[in-house]
Amino acid sequence: MKQFIGLLRKEFYHIFRDYRTLLILFGMPVVQLLIFGFALTNDIKNAPIAILDHSKDELSRQLTQKILSSGYFILVENLESEDAIEASFKKGNIKQVLILEQGFASKIERDGSASLQILADASDPNIARILTNYIMGIVNDFQNELMKDTKLPVEITPEVKMLYNTELKSVFMFVPGVITVLLLLISAMMTSISIAREKEMGTMEVLLVSPLRPIQIIIGKVLPYVILAFTLAVVILLLGYFVFDVPVRGSVVLLLVYSIIYIVLALSLGIFISSVVNSQQVAMLISMAALMLPTIMLSGFIFPVENMPWPLQWMSYIIPAKWFIIIIRGVMLKAIGVGLLWKETLILFVMIAFFIGLSVKKFKIRLE
Amino acid sequence: MKNQKNIIEVEGLWKKFGSFAANKDLTFQVKAGEIFGFLGANGAGKTTAIKILCGLWKPTSGKVKVSGFDVYTETNKIKTNIGYMSQKFSLYEDLTPVENIRFYGGIYGLGKKVIRDRTEEALQNLKLENVANSPVKSLPLGWKQKLSFTVAMVHKPKIVFLDEPTGGVDPITRRQFWNMIYEAANRGVTIFVTTHYMDEAEYCDRVSIMADGEIKALDTPANLKLQFNAETMNDVFLKLARNG
Repeated sequence: MKQFIGLLRKEFYHIFRDYRTLLILFGMPVVQLLIFGFALTNDIKNAPIAILDHSKDELSRQLTQKILSSGYFILVENLESEDAIEASFKKGNIKQVLILEQGFASKIERDGSASLQILADASDPNIARILTNYIMGIVNDFQNELMKDTKLPVEITPEVKMLYNTELKSVFMFVPGVITVLLLLISAMMTSISIAREKEMGTMEVLLVSPLRPIQIIIGKVLPYVILAFTLAVVILLLGYFVFDVPVRGSVVLLLVYSIIYIVLALSLGIFISSVVNSQQVAMLISMAALMLPTIMLSGFIFPVENMPWPLQWMSYIIPAKWFIIIIRGVMLKAIGVGLLWKETLILFVMIAFFIGLSVKKFKIRLE
Repeated sequence: MKNQKNIIEVEGLWKKFGSFAANKDLTFQVKAGEIFGFLGANGAGKTTAIKILCGLWKPTSGKVKVSGFDVYTETNKIKTNIGYMSQKFSLYEDLTPVENIRFYGGIYGLGKKVIRDRTEEALQNLKLENVANSPVKSLPLGWKQKLSFTVAMVHKPKIVFLDEPTGGVDPITRRQFWNMIYEAANRGVTIFVTTHYMDEAEYCDRVSIMADGEIKALDTPANLKLQFNAETMNDVFLKLARNG
């Protein structure tokens, strides 16, 4: 045990002396989260729009006022006729035009229905879709208020309902995603590099010649990174909670337990990589190419797996992050428990067993 | 050759990798307190033999005892009784000399006080007090080499294996290093050393020369030169290598 503690202490020296790497480790998630949360956000604020109000009555003014005061839109110009629409779009500084039909208020009073036309600049379809959703949400809201006041049936616009993320906040998707990607990267890359470094420097030989058992050496190398990665996961969760109001709706304990399981999986992957390579550079390259890219692209972190062609969907099944992201989103946002996640949990454990088994086998062959 | 007890006994050692035999029927003994030179060209099978003696690999067949313990069944006892220094010097470059000594002392299970005493002793002997707390990577190669040797000896092993311990070091430092080896041998430590420098072979009590996985010659340097009618160990080595 004393020997083992010596091993741990040494590993922490490595980590803290290499302060550049440490800085990157803790700086990367913070920067990523802030970029994803603020800059790359899919939430659009202050989108420039134009309004063509044919009726200019009390109700139409109330509706446009409500839309403009939502904070999502800024009125660039009030159009007077349909002819001005195209020119306004072509100037390129508006995203949408809202057209309220002639006699908006009187139609609602008489028929209980009126139409609102939304013209969206679909050259960026993503933004167009999001802005449209915002407006539909606001109109829906407006309509409900009207019905409450007048107690008359008012025309139902297509209802868009967003579960779990009513405000369509994309940071809700990014916090679990960033945790998933970073835990894998740190755990797998850092362990594979640190074990490869011992091989490269020849110190692994000396450790093997010492009375330490191989399993002690491996655990001694890996445990500090479990602690490091776990700390990082907590930091990201806190950052998400306090800066972006991302809640943990399910059990926090369960979330942390799952994080540890996932970290162990990533570490076993790292051990496996280091059992195949002999230099730090190769370990880094393999971690980058074989882990980072597929994890970001195929885990469902940014791009929905359901929309991919089937070969990619099949590939995504062997990516640990895909399963963890389902778990972490489930626990964080939907407050699901183990009962509904047993399949994903099982897959994580099978993957751990697979990689550790493979590494042990490789290790035995080398000792033969 | 302070006493005649054998501390390493190898009899009929074979090590095969598939159909390739890296060690063919090796038989030799090393006496306690002896400086034993283990020579051979690259690929002659030296490394394989050392790995087996250190308990890292199991022999395919043959009898091997190190410090009285069997390499098939008692590798853990062997490991606590040997020290090992590799040609890469095997120090942690981002740790200080003190931390390196403490770490290696720790993995051999030495107590805190013992480690502290030996660290102090080592720093004094090596005159490293001034750099005791700067990282190893800032030290010159010669100092690293001496520190590496000290670290291999920190648990006071009976036998120490030195795998090309003087590679890339200047002649004066090499000479100083051999003085350290002599001192250790005088204290009764058995030294098992591989080298490519034939002048160093002259410093050994006995020398074995390997080629193609076999031991081609084994005797004192003086006897070997007589036997092969050669002026220097270099000539002996070349004659054997040419035959092989």
